Amino acid sequence: MSTLAPPKPGGFIPRDRVWQPDALTPPYKTSVKRSPQSALLSFPTTLSEETSPVFGHNLLGELDNDLILNYAAAGGSAIGPRIIVHGRVLDENGRGVPRALLEFWQANAGGRYRHKKESYLAPLDPNFGGCGRTITGEDGSYEFRTIQPGPYPWPNGMNDWRPAHIHFSIFGHGFAQRLITQMYFEGDPHIKLCPIVGILKTQNAIDALTAPLDMNRTVPMDSRAYKFDMVLRGQRQTYFENRKEGM
Amino acid sequence: MKQKPDNLRESPSQTAGPYVHIGCMPNFTGIDIYGGDLGTSMKSGPVQGTEITIKGTVFDGTNTPLRDAMIEIWQPDAAGLFPSANETRGTPDPNFAGWGRSPGDITTGEFVFETVKPGAVPFPDGRMQAPHITAWIVARGINIGLHTRIYFDDEAEANATDPILSRIEHQNRIPTLLAKKQPDGSYRFDVYLQGPLETIFFDI
Repeated sequence: MSTLAPPKPGGFIPRDRVWQPDALTPPYKTSVKRSPQSALLSFPTTLSEETSPVFGHNLLGELDNDLILNYAAAGGSAIGPRIIVHGRVLDENGRGVPRALLEFWQANAGGRYRHKKESYLAPLDPNFGGCGRTITGEDGSYEFRTIQPGPYPWPNGMNDWRPAHIHFSIFGHGFAQRLITQMYFEGDPHIKLCPIVGILKTQNAIDALTAPLDMNRTVPMDSRAYKFDMVLRGQRQTYFENRKEGM
Repeated sequence: MKQKPDNLRESPSQTAGPYVHIGCMPNFTGIDIYGGDLGTSMKSGPVQGTEITIKGTVFDGTNTPLRDAMIEIWQPDAAGLFPSANETRGTPDPNFAGWGRSPGDITTGEFVFETVKPGAVPFPDGRMQAPHITAWIVARGINIGLHTRIYFDDEAEANATDPILSRIEHQNRIPTLLAKKQPDGSYRFDVYLQGPLETIFFDI
C-alpha cells in the first residue's frame, strides 16, 4: 500500500453497458447458466467503489514480470517465442494510471495451462508456470517478458479453438475500476472464429484487445515485442477539485 | 465534421476463464511463487471492532456451485474508514487490509472470509449507508465481473434507511443482499446467478 493524492470528486464515469459485452451470449455456452437475468441496479459510485487497496512496488519480486524465468529451474528458461508485452494503463480521460496492479496468466507455447483441471494433450513445460505480475509506473506504463502462448481447443462447439491470448486482471484506484480482460495477437486467424471474442459487439471492441507487433521495442536477436494499452473507468472531472469528498 | 472528444473507451471485459486462479491465486493451484497469494488474509494483527466470518457459495442457474470462481470483497474497517491511500477522513485500522480474495473451496466452491463487521460510510449526499461490503465475482462464463453488496440481516434499522436499499423497486429481492447470521455466529451469503433467488447485481 502506498500514498496517493485524494480522489477527484465526482465519482466514476458510468460503465458503458452498450460497449461492454452482455452477460448472456449463447454461442459462449457457459454464459447461458451463469448470466444474471434481471436488470442490474444502477447507482452512482460511493466511497465503497471510489476507494480500493493500492499496491506498492515493494510487493514485487525481481522476476515477477518475467514469465520466461520466474518458474524456471536454475539455468533453465521457458520454451517458446520470446516476447515483451508493454503498454500503458490509462483512464477514460486519457490519463496514465500509476501504481495499477496487473496480474497476467496464459497457456504455454503449446497451448497448455499448468492446472489440474486442464486436459489438453499438449505437454507441460517444466520451466513455465504461466503467471506474472507488475505494477505500473508513474505514467501508467508497464512491461513484462514471456513466451507467446499457443492456441488451444476448448469444449464449447465441437471444434472451437481459442486464439493465442494473455489474461489480464487490473486493479486501479477504485473498486469500480476492477477489470479482467484478455489480450490477443495481431494477425491471429482464430480471433474472428472464437465465440469468446465473439461476445464483443463491434470490430472496434475486438481491435481494442488486439496487440500490434511493435518493432521499436524488440530486442535484436532476443525478443519480439507487442504493445497493449488498457483503459480503466475515469472519474468525472470538475473545477471544484478542493471540495471535500462526500460533502 | 466536428472535433472528437478526447475520451477513451474502457477496455472491453472478457471472461476470467477457467484458470483465473493461475493468475490471481497461483499458490492455490500449486504454483509456488511470490511467497504466497494476495488477499488470503485480511488481518495482519489485532483488529478493532467485531471479528466476523462470512461463508457462502456461488450457484449457477441449475443450482450447481461454481468451483472455478474468484470472489473479492472490499470494505471499511469497524470505524467506517477505508484502508486505502484514497481515504481522507481519518486513519484506518493499520492491521486491517479491507480487501480479501477467495478462490472458493476446490471441491465445494464455498468461500470463507475472516474479516470485521464494517462501519457505516456516507452516501455522496451525506446520508449514512447501512454497513456493507462490496463484492466482485468473476468466473468462466461470466463475461464481465459482477458487482454486488453484502449487507447484514442483523442491521435491520440501518438497512431500512439505507439510500440504496430503500430505492430498490422489488423490495422482495432485498434478502438476496443480506448476509444471514447463523447459529454458530458466522454469516452466510450465498450468491445465485439466476433463478427465483437471483442476487441483485449492481451497475455501479
